[in-house]
Amino acid sequence: MSAREDLLVEGRTGKWEIVLGLEVHAQVISKSKLFSGAATDFGADPNSQVSPVDAGFPGMLPVINEMCVEQAVKTGLGLEAQINLVSVFDRKNYFYADLPQGYQISQFTQPIVGKGLIHLDMPDGSVRTVGITRLHLEQDAGKSLHDQHPTQSYIDLNRSGVALMEIVSEPDMRSAEEAGAYLKKLRSILRYLGTCDGNMEEGSMRCDCNVSVRRPGDPLGTRCEIKNVNSIRFVMQAIEYEARRQIEIIEEGGTIVQETRLFDSGRGITRTMRSKEEAHDYRYFPDPDLLPLVLKQEWVDGLKSGLPELPDAKKTRFVADYKLSPYDAGVLVAEKAVAAFFEDVARGRDAKLAANWVTGDLFGALNKRGLGIEASPVSAASLGEMIDLIADNTISGKIAKDVFAAMVETGKSAGAIVEEQGLRQVTDTGAIEGAIDAVIAANQNKVAEYRGGKDKLFGFFVGQVMKATQGKANPAMLNELLKQKLAG
Amino acid sequence: MTVLTDLTLTTAREGLRRKEFSAVELAEAHIAAVEAARPLNAFITETPEKALGEAYRSDEKLARGEGGPLEGLPIAIKDLFCVKDVLTTAGSHILDGFKPPYESTITSKLWQAGAVCLGKLNMDEFAMGSSNMTSYYGAVHNPWTRQGDNRPLVPGGSSGGSAAAVAARIALAATGTDTGGSIRQPAGFCGIVGVKPTYGRCSRWGVVAFASSLDQAGPMTRSVRDAALMLKIMCGHDPKDSTSAPMDVPDFEAALTGDVRGLRIGIPKEYRVDGMPAEIDALWQQGIDWLKSAGAVPVEISLPMTKYALPTYYIIAPAEASANLARYDGVRFGLRVPGDTLGEMYENTRAEGFGAEVKRRVLIGTYVLSAGYYDAYYLKAQRLRTLIARDFDAAFEKVDAILTPTAPSAAFALGEKMDDPLAMYLNDVFTVPVNLAGLPGMSVPAGLSADGLPLGLQVIGRAFDEATMLRVGGVLETAANFTARPKSDFGKGAA
Repeated sequence: MSAREDLLVEGRTGKWEIVLGLEVHAQVISKSKLFSGAATDFGADPNSQVSPVDAGFPGMLPVINEMCVEQAVKTGLGLEAQINLVSVFDRKNYFYADLPQGYQISQFTQPIVGKGLIHLDMPDGSVRTVGITRLHLEQDAGKSLHDQHPTQSYIDLNRSGVALMEIVSEPDMRSAEEAGAYLKKLRSILRYLGTCDGNMEEGSMRCDCNVSVRRPGDPLGTRCEIKNVNSIRFVMQAIEYEARRQIEIIEEGGTIVQETRLFDSGRGITRTMRSKEEAHDYRYFPDPDLLPLVLKQEWVDGLKSGLPELPDAKKTRFVADYKLSPYDAGVLVAEKAVAAFFEDVARGRDAKLAANWVTGDLFGALNKRGLGIEASPVSAASLGEMIDLIADNTISGKIAKDVFAAMVETGKSAGAIVEEQGLRQVTDTGAIEGAIDAVIAANQNKVAEYRGGKDKLFGFFVGQVMKATQGKANPAMLNELLKQKLAG
Repeated sequence: MTVLTDLTLTTAREGLRRKEFSAVELAEAHIAAVEAARPLNAFITETPEKALGEAYRSDEKLARGEGGPLEGLPIAIKDLFCVKDVLTTAGSHILDGFKPPYESTITSKLWQAGAVCLGKLNMDEFAMGSSNMTSYYGAVHNPWTRQGDNRPLVPGGSSGGSAAAVAARIALAATGTDTGGSIRQPAGFCGIVGVKPTYGRCSRWGVVAFASSLDQAGPMTRSVRDAALMLKIMCGHDPKDSTSAPMDVPDFEAALTGDVRGLRIGIPKEYRVDGMPAEIDALWQQGIDWLKSAGAVPVEISLPMTKYALPTYYIIAPAEASANLARYDGVRFGLRVPGDTLGEMYENTRAEGFGAEVKRRVLIGTYVLSAGYYDAYYLKAQRLRTLIARDFDAAFEKVDAILTPTAPSAAFALGEKMDDPLAMYLNDVFTVPVNLAGLPGMSVPAGLSADGLPLGLQVIGRAFDEATMLRVGGVLETAANFTARPKSDFGKGAA
């Protein structure tokens, strides 16, 4: 891939290209764990959701949870990826106190999902495609609590054995912004599919960032992996910092050491966790407790035909059917619930107007209150009703902004607010003409100036008439009548 | 008068039905024998109260005309099987104090069938050994001794406690497990019947794992009929074990027709190994002759990959074991030896908790899976394993069962071969290929060595054709008419 000039970053000695690949651990939505029947609810009391299998007790054996397999395959299909009908579970061996078996059951050489694609919606409305290398299923480890006792650590095994999808991208991204867009799009797809809730704060989606830099056209540089970053903002910060760090080292004559790093969100920096020499030898080998996972093509086809409409398809449809701009369509489809809300508002109405209201005033109101679309104080039906009032000239678009604000505050319907506050638009020609006449009479000097060629004064007259009608004059009618009257 | 400890499962079952004695009496007789036999060190944990309670309930069931196929029959359990709330050690210090909160599938089935639990049997640590010398709980003495020589002998291993208990008549039967010969070799050394079924026949759920792709549980008994009876109860698909075979279990007792006419019996030419005693070779020939005179047809077969079986096994089994034993880390159960850091606690716990043989195999297993060695060792061993299995596939196109000696020697003395792991590993030369191929195999007592020790013959069957294997074993049993008794014999009644 040739370097994209616009994304190069300037160093002291010239331009650099940042090369990024992301590994996302996405917790599978399922009632029970990948290999045991224990529950997976977030926030339960420590060690209350642990079966002897999850605790690595002697003689316990894993049995694959079909639901988790289904979720992984659905995700693979959502990423336009190859589904491998035969995949193998391996043991990844290492010792840690919160890894009860002394190995993690994962997939190494034969993952359940192979190569796929993800299309990023960039803020300028363009689309960038990033390759997916693979998706595999694996168990999560437990959690070590180091702050409960002065000298000892506590272990919570609730998470031990919970199913994760590790989704690995190709090193196709070139900026922190693209990495952010990748995570947003991936999260959107996972949520549409219902395969992962994508809540990074709760740890159900975690990201490892592989970062390297090179001169445009050079082979790949040595990479550093930043582990377990838990928000999109932090991912972007970590990448910015890490790329800058690497560029400075190289420009000062140093070399990059391959290592695993941690992001310190408090200080906004990355720091060494372990070097390549300290890296584990995981001694992967096929788990003899599990037979290879064999899927039937018909089963995969059945899942495929049952998939919901995904963001990309929905975006294409919004552009085609509602004549929205790709950017607006991209914003509206990012969340399934927003897209559904929009479609409810737009049904039978001016879609462009509906889109403007949803992405403008509604998003503004939700952001201000920190609410999601599900908790919107204005329902799709109410917003639709308000737009109807604009369409039938009961209120102007300008007045509508006040009406909407009142709807958010009071929860009342647009109709009720218009009536209560007497906001009904004046469409009576006589009343508007009367107001125009009065304004003309009171401003004869300005009328003369206008008629003498000072066109800009038109706005002054509009303002005066609106003032006289308390803003309720229908703007189009006002324009029309004012033009006539001023023309004399 | 009937000596209750001298019965078999089948004859004791008849006696209970005919009300010749009660289950409690049967249990009491065995509990007394277990106590008297303590010098053999066959048990790690005795559970006399549990046995009596169960026997009492069995008597109630029998009185109502109810009860399962093993109702009221006292057996003992290799200490690799988790028995709920009963100390389960796998013969290791590292499982100190471990009482599982669950019951293995196999023991559940046995208790469901009415069997009475006498206790948990000694074994090589984590089933790693062929002598029972690696147990943290000390060596088990073979009930047999050489003529004119009182030196204690090993019972074989790893199911050494099981074989000794059944041979000494302190349990009617016992469970064993077999990863490379751990049921068949001790059965051969102690003069009893031991069956390793096809891989996937018996659930491994709740059995402490040694090498998951090789481990299989099986019965150890004093007759082929008993083995057939007990095997039927132990087998069956278990959804909790992903490697358990979803196949029906035939009536193995019904397969014991005694009719082997026309059966083709494979005699692998490569099994005449260097240094094998002439008497074992002679016994093997005797076995061939017995089957021939019963109407079977001996056929010479070739299993050329057999010579790679031991090295293949000693890569795959330790590799799997190195991961299976990683969970013994002192964190959640068993022994914990404190340290200043997590790493130190691991090191202290595992250094003190594991014995030398276990450490040796964990090190070998870790090595063969390491980056840079994986292809040369583990991957190559897996390929050889496939080739070894193919040898058997080809052979079974021509024959219905295969006959070999069980082991290349009779029982040896305590402490012998301990300084030479390779000599010890050679004990499994005839049994290991069967595990690698996942096939069923059994040992039948067939004769005595010149110094009066039992020798076994091994019958190997097609995958999931334990029925034919048992039929052949039954004919050998009848022909051999093995009536010799060990020196330590608790089936003789009150002395």
